[in-house]
This record gives sequence, C-alpha cells and structure tokens, in this order.
Amino acid sequence: MTDAHTDFEPRITAFVCNWCTYTGADLAGTSRLHMASNVRLIRLPCTGRIDPLFIVKAFERGADGVIVSGCHPADCHYTSGNYHARRRFAVFHDIMEFIGVDPRRMTFSWVSASEGAKWKDVVNEAVANVRELGPYEAYRALAPEAVELEPSGHSGAEVAS
Amino acid sequence: MSRIGVFVCHCGENIGRTVDCAAVAEALKDHPGVAVAEDYKYMCSDPGQALVKKAIEENNLTGVVIAACSPHMHEKTFRRAVDQAGLNKFMCEMANIREHCSWIHEDKDEATAKAIDIARTIVEKVKHNRPLEVIKIPVTKRALVIGGGIAGIQAALDIADGGHEVVLIEKSASIGGHMSQLSETFPTLDCSQCILTPRMVEAYQHPNIKLHTWSEVEKVDGYIGNFEVTIRKKARSVDEDLCNGCGDCQGVCPSKKIPSEFDAGLSNRTAIYVPFPQAVPNIPVLDRPNCSLFKGRAKGLKKDACGKCKEACLKGAIDYDTEDTFVTEEVGAIVVATGFKLYDIGRDQPEGLTGYGEYGYGEVPDVIDGLQFERLASASGPTAGAILRPSDGTEPKTVVFVHCVGSRDPEKGMSYCSKICCMYNAKHAMLYKHKVHDGRAVAFYMDIRAAGKGYDEFSRRAIEEDHAEYIRGRVSRIFRDGDKVKVWGFDTLSGEQVVIDADMVVLATAVRPQDGVKELGQKLSVSVDADGFINEAHPKLRPVETNTAGVFVAGACQSPRDIPDAVAMASATGAKVLGLFSSDELEREPAVAIVNEQTCIGCMRCELVCPYGAIEQREVCTVDGHVCGHTAYVNPGVCQGCGTCQAVCLSKSVELQTFTDEQIFSEINALCAWE
Repeated sequence: MTDAHTDFEPRITAFVCNWCTYTGADLAGTSRLHMASNVRLIRLPCTGRIDPLFIVKAFERGADGVIVSGCHPADCHYTSGNYHARRRFAVFHDIMEFIGVDPRRMTFSWVSASEGAKWKDVVNEAVANVRELGPYEAYRALAPEAVELEPSGHSGAEVAS
Repeated sequence: MSRIGVFVCHCGENIGRTVDCAAVAEALKDHPGVAVAEDYKYMCSDPGQALVKKAIEENNLTGVVIAACSPHMHEKTFRRAVDQAGLNKFMCEMANIREHCSWIHEDKDEATAKAIDIARTIVEKVKHNRPLEVIKIPVTKRALVIGGGIAGIQAALDIADGGHEVVLIEKSASIGGHMSQLSETFPTLDCSQCILTPRMVEAYQHPNIKLHTWSEVEKVDGYIGNFEVTIRKKARSVDEDLCNGCGDCQGVCPSKKIPSEFDAGLSNRTAIYVPFPQAVPNIPVLDRPNCSLFKGRAKGLKKDACGKCKEACLKGAIDYDTEDTFVTEEVGAIVVATGFKLYDIGRDQPEGLTGYGEYGYGEVPDVIDGLQFERLASASGPTAGAILRPSDGTEPKTVVFVHCVGSRDPEKGMSYCSKICCMYNAKHAMLYKHKVHDGRAVAFYMDIRAAGKGYDEFSRRAIEEDHAEYIRGRVSRIFRDGDKVKVWGFDTLSGEQVVIDADMVVLATAVRPQDGVKELGQKLSVSVDADGFINEAHPKLRPVETNTAGVFVAGACQSPRDIPDAVAMASATGAKVLGLFSSDELEREPAVAIVNEQTCIGCMRCELVCPYGAIEQREVCTVDGHVCGHTAYVNPGVCQGCGTCQAVCLSKSVELQTFTDEQIFSEINALCAWE
C-alpha cells in the first residue's frame, strides 16, 4: 500500500484563522522551520467563519486532505468563534465519516500565534497521513468535472451553485 | 473584466533564494484576468511602491496582488500605495510567499510551484474584492488603567496630565504596588518610598483620575474607542466617604496574627487593616476570611462573634453587610499594568516544575527571598531598617545571596532571565554592608547581567568598594546547622566546592506574572505567552500595544522589568493613548458583516452566535405600516468581523465584507490548478 504512493504528493488545503494559526504559520516562517510544501493556506478571520461547504468544495476541487486550525479554546480573538467552529466541525466530521470519508483526511487542531513549531508538526503529520492514504480520486470521481478557471472575473454564478 | 496586477517581491534574498520570482511573475502573466505581472528586488521600498503605482495608472488595473511577505507585515504599506495611485485600497491583497513558502522550504522548484499557487489563489480572491470605504467611529476620550503599581500610576498621570479622564483600578487596598515595598532603588540608592509616595498622592488627588482600589475587572465589552468595562468593587466593609483614616478600628481588632502582605510575611497585621501607613487611599479594608465575625458567620453562629471595630468607629463608617458592587465605566483605551509576583518556591509550584526544596525556603526561617530582604532593609519595615534575621532577631554576620533561583533554569524553573535580580542582589549586598560593617556578604551568581545606565558601575561598586564576595557558581543545598544556615556551593572558576556557615540566606527568586493575568487577558482578548506574560503586538516595533486594538501594556506584566523600564513603558502607553484621543473619530477597516434584507428570513441564528451582540432584529413593514416580517441588522460600529454569523446563515443573507463566500470559494476553486 505505502509503496504505491511513494511518488504521490498530497494536496492539502488548510483553513486557518488570521489571528492564531496564520500568525503561528508566520512564526514558523520567521523561525525558518522547514516543513512539507504540500499545504496551501486559506486565511479566514476566524475558524467561526468556516462553512462546512468550504471543506466539501476543497475535496471536490482536488484536495486530498484538509486542515482546520484556529485559536486554542478560550483564546479566540473574537471570544467564541472557535467554539462554534469546534461544534460545527464535530458534527460535520461525523457526517463525513458516515458517508465514507476517511477521518484521517481531515485534521482539526489548535495552533496559537506562538506555536510555530506546532504548526510545522501539524503540517508534516497531516501530509504523512494523507500520503499514506493516497490520492483522493474516489471523492473526485463523485464530483462533477473540474471546471476550468474562469477567464474573467465573473465566476460568481458557478461559485454560488 | 478584471485587470489585475501581480507584483512579485524578491525580498532581497529572502524570497529570491528559494523561489524563482521571475518564473512566478511569468506564470502569472498567463493567468486569466491578470493584466500585468512583474518582479522586483524590494517591492516595499520606495522604487518598488512606485513601480506598483505606475502599473496601476498605466494599465488601469482593477486589482493588485503583492506576492511578498505576510499581510501582517506589509498589507498596510501596499494598501496605502494603491490608495495613492487612485485605486480603492481594499482591491489590494498580499500573497504570502515568504513566511509561508520561501522561508520554510529548501527545494527551489517545489517552492516556486507553491508560490505560483499561492499567488494564483489570491488573484482569484481579488477578482471578487469590492471597493470599500473605511468606517468612522467615535472615540470615548477616557482611559482605564488596570493596576496601581508604578507603571499604572505613571500611565494614569501621563494620560490625566494630557487632559483626559482616567479610571485607575487596583485590586489591593492601596496603590503603590511592589515599589512601595522596596527599601532603596538601584543604581542610585535613593529611597523608594520617597520618590513613589508623592506620585501616589498626585494620582489620588488628580482631578482627572478616578481611583477604585480593592477592585477588579469583571467584564469588558466593546472595542477600541468604545469599551464598556464592568468593575467589581469588592466589599470593603468600610464606607470610603465616611472613613477619615483615624485607625481606631485597627487598634481594637482582636485578630492580630495575620501575616502582613506588605511586609512579605515578616510582620503581622489585623483583620481590618490599612496595608501600610502611607497607603493611598488611607482607608482600611476588612479581610473577611480572616475576621472572627465573618468566620463565626461562616460557621453559622446566630450571634456575631465580634464587632469591636464597628463599635470603635466614631464616624459609623463600618458596615458588615456590604456586598460586592459593580460599576460600569465607558472608556476608549485600556492600559494593562498588573505587574509581577515572585516565584514562591516550594509553596506555589507552577505545573510540571519540581521546585527548589533543597534550598529550604519555607522551612528554614533565615532563608528569605528578595522582597523580604527589602522589608528588612526598609526604614518602614518590621525592623525599622535594621538587618536582623527572622529566626532570633540577631544581626547576621554572614549573609549569602543566591542569584537565579528559578530563573534561567529550563529544567526546574523558568527558562527566562528575571532581569532585575543581578542588580537588586548587588544593592542588597551594599545595603547590608552599609549597615553591618563587619559583616560578610557572599553572592553566588551565574553571570552578572548589569545592562543599563550606571548598572555595571553599580554592581562593580558592590564588589570593589563594599567588598561583597562574588562566587561564580551554583548552590546545591541550603540547610539548618545549629543556629547557622549551611550553604553548599560550587565555585566554577576555581573548580572547588564551597561551604559557608551563613547566618542568613537571600534567594533571588524568579519574577513571574501576577496571578489572574491569563483570566484578565481572556476578558480583554489579549493573549499571554508560555510563561504567562502578556504578549505585545510586536516585540520590537509595537512593544506597548497588544493584538487587541486599544489595549496597551506597561511594566512587568509583559516581561520582567525594573523601575526605569516600567516607567518608560508606562509613559509610552500614555503617548499611545493620547495619540488615540487626539482625534474625535477613528477609522476602522470595513471588515464587517452586512445583511441582505431581500433574502434574510429573520431566523436570527446570527444573533445567537455573535460574540459582540452586534446583531439585532428589525421589523419589516408594509407600505401601510403593518409589520409583515423581520430581518437581521448588523451594527457596523460593534461588528468585529469574525464572520461566525455568515457560517450559520441558512439563507446566505449575511456577508462579511473582505471574506465573502464568493472570495473564499474562488480561492478554493483556484486550488484545482495544482500541478
């Protein structure tokens, strides 16, 4: 199993909050902590902003795994957004598992602005897990065909659908 | 049709070393909607910004993507430049290819490919950015200062002298903080109280300063310019307006054996007490857990066991039935100056630390900490300034000072340097030698850290003029040996063991943040570091600001600080607050949620999750005035832009400007371009 995926480079989308994890990832950079290059960040103000559909969309558009990360409980810049995110993710995670998504493709973590080293570990661990699971072609097979990037700035109609 | 400009920065070598910036620009040129893509050595420099501005004008750009460092670093810089070129500044976004790419990867091909991805993702986002206008909000020109130590007093005075009202709150019965406990101060050896008490009185009498002692912050609502702070005034049992500070109540109080906090446990106080004679305000508090009346009430006694102080008070100021009261203050800025405490080794162990039981602190009465020595040396202390050891009141002839107890010790204590101990140990050795001429002062140190104006000269004076013996090395054990205190140590310069029969030992225990700072931080949305000190917004460039706009930090709650540092920081916060108060309106980023009233179904789920209470229900009326439905409304002055409302909205009617669904889904879509 593992051998088959040695050339496979997982594609992971991370949804992170601006104040803790994004800043923690900045700190990892400032501290020159080298890590796997498979993760792409999407910056949000708060994990509370995360609509579960973002995660569905990420899988649909080619992600092999996702990371959701924000401020530690009680440390949310917006007081309580991360609690909403945690509850939402707990339910969503179970639904995804129920429909057959391997939970190892979805990482949820708390990374504070001072935890650059933890961010590195979260990234490397998520990449290792997803690498072992292989490309997520099964999910993409269910999704409609990948839509080409819009030639103009008007992709709203497609996006909203 | 979008016409986006992409500007790739080399950041000198910082990005250029691992990312082929020219290749990134080249790749982006072919991206749909990109009109121009260029790379440059330093995009944030003057010529770099000029390049961006020129490109906007020449190509009539509708959006700008700067592929460079983190938006936390230079978003403001580039948005300003874009604004100057006549494009709405919210049409500019940063693609972080430094912190999130070039600095964390080694392989140039990998890093370049990732940088292209990141830039493309942000281009897709910018396609959906909308021009926005900054929001103007009014500023309440009053400040709250939390903590009445020297830092808090200084900050309050500076702001008050600037012409604005200040609410100063202090959790103990008097302002003054640790500085009021000190004997003399380094490096001048001037009397601490002599320089502090006039400032305490000045703060108390200042027409612009409103003082709440015996009070704590209960709740903080609002945001920069518009905070609403609820203050808990703990039940004092003494009416502050009636009391004239005569002290009769203290004289009759039968509970006299309570260790005095002010004297660091070296003397006793009564249950109703003023912490020290120069206290400001000179109004006692009743320490209920230690009062026999309240102890009796707690046991369920029907009749009060005491009541002597009430009888003694001629002004009738004492009332045993007062309760905590709450005061709400509206302020525009908050200064946190909650100070420090000493690492109470052996008694108060931070989690995971084994402590220093081998030093006998708490067991051997003649092993004391630095603050206790301050009280011994202080003219207002329990010995009126005579250096007498606690066990038998005799004059110690040999005193050992141990540096770095719990500091610079990642194994057993704190990994940081407590900064003030080298200096106060030198001061203690000098004070001791000035008072006990035939005495012997021995100091065990790791390194002498005496950086500061006149500091090195001062510590040299302790050695050269006052003949303190400095031994470079550590102490392994301190224990009682008859009426002596035996100190086992090691001299790392000579490589020999040292055994000293001391009469008294002074431990320079680590400086730690004051209790409750973390909880206070949570109320203020301010984070603390791994050691519990409050995080500043930027360690070099924004040292007195926090990540919450309008909340500033001064003194030892941010890291160990000596008096000059704490005062300088406090004045810096004063300048920041006065700067904030210099205009009537503040400009705010328009990162707020807006409701589409056409589609909102008025379910008000958004109201439930909003942490700021920014959302309210509004009635929708027909033309003839009948209420026919409800919609949500977001108050843009109160909204902080977390976006939690948007994630729960069933009809997708509320939208956080700057992070709309369109923008985020476009970013996600762009990720399918991964190779």
